[in-house]
Amino acid sequence: MLRAIFVIFFFQLLGEALKKFFEMRIPGPVIGLILLLITLIFLKRFKTRAINNLKSDVLNTSNYILSYLSLLFVPIGVGVVMHLSYLENNLFKVLIIVFISTVLTIGITAFLMEKINKRINKK
Amino acid sequence: MIQKDKLYSIWVYLQAEPLFWLTLTIGSYLIGDYLYKKSKLFPLVNPVAISILIISLVLINLDISYERYFDGAKFIHFMLGPATVALAIPIYKQFKVIQKEALSISVSLVTGSLFAIISTFVLCEIFKIDDQVLFSMLPRSATAPIAMGISDLIGGIPSLTAIITIITGIMGASFGTFALDFLKLKDMSARGFGLGLASHGLGTARAMSRNETAGVFAALALGLNGIATSILVPLLFKLLNLF
Repeated sequence: MLRAIFVIFFFQLLGEALKKFFEMRIPGPVIGLILLLITLIFLKRFKTRAINNLKSDVLNTSNYILSYLSLLFVPIGVGVVMHLSYLENNLFKVLIIVFISTVLTIGITAFLMEKINKRINKK
Repeated sequence: MIQKDKLYSIWVYLQAEPLFWLTLTIGSYLIGDYLYKKSKLFPLVNPVAISILIISLVLINLDISYERYFDGAKFIHFMLGPATVALAIPIYKQFKVIQKEALSISVSLVTGSLFAIISTFVLCEIFKIDDQVLFSMLPRSATAPIAMGISDLIGGIPSLTAIITIITGIMGASFGTFALDFLKLKDMSARGFGLGLASHGLGTARAMSRNETAGVFAALALGLNGIATSILVPLLFKLLNLF
């Protein structure tokens, strides 16, 4: 568990450092995600016991953290409610726009993807 | 009376410490999660929305500033970074499926990302939203830190973008599955991809709580759309300025 937490923090740290160095607009954790993914794929070639142990440790810990992913959004969510007055008289309009656009985007994106997948699988 | 004074002094002591707000955050999330499970995972009974509501009511009624609350809650907030890194694991596990669906992923990514931006723009024009608010809204389907950066770049207000982005996430997590069910979509990878693309982290959390494949594709869409939005919004913005 501790080793896995170290690995995850380390990759985030690496991501933050690279972001700063190259002045990228992508957030540090997203860069960390990509680096960890590349590392995992690379490590596939090396099947020693130590690496497999560490890998399954990281896998388990990640799954545990991700099972509480929703909880992690609560603190900023509270901030949104406390600062809704920023939107002033636009609040109601913004809510309607966000609602319509978000629901349509989800529907259209998923619809398109399912249709393409079906077509490909038929062949 | 002495008793009451004593209780009050305990409260004054506790509310100044992070522990109280940390406990309140976890406690209200557990209540939200319990209600969500009780409702047989009905999307509108969203555990995040419920806990936000409970905590906000407590803060408003006790006249506590958000800064005081966040001083405790920041320990939970901190884990968002490591959790994002941890998303590499499910993506790694499903890497073969992702490779197989590369074509549908790229087509839906570009279409979905463009649709989110353009529909926001058109709706803002219809509702006569001020330019500065409009600019703050355009990148709202990207994950919050990316969206804030884009907003800053095109002349929006980053803090406003943060608020609108989170509202987008909550809307997608609460209502997205209704749209997916309405369209009778069964493909878990497609359902997840739609949720993650339009409503980033909150949509991903929602997809992940229902189905692993959906969660993976949501996480993938979150990452890809963060990149797509940061390319497309400034590009469309430049095109817009030409006219």
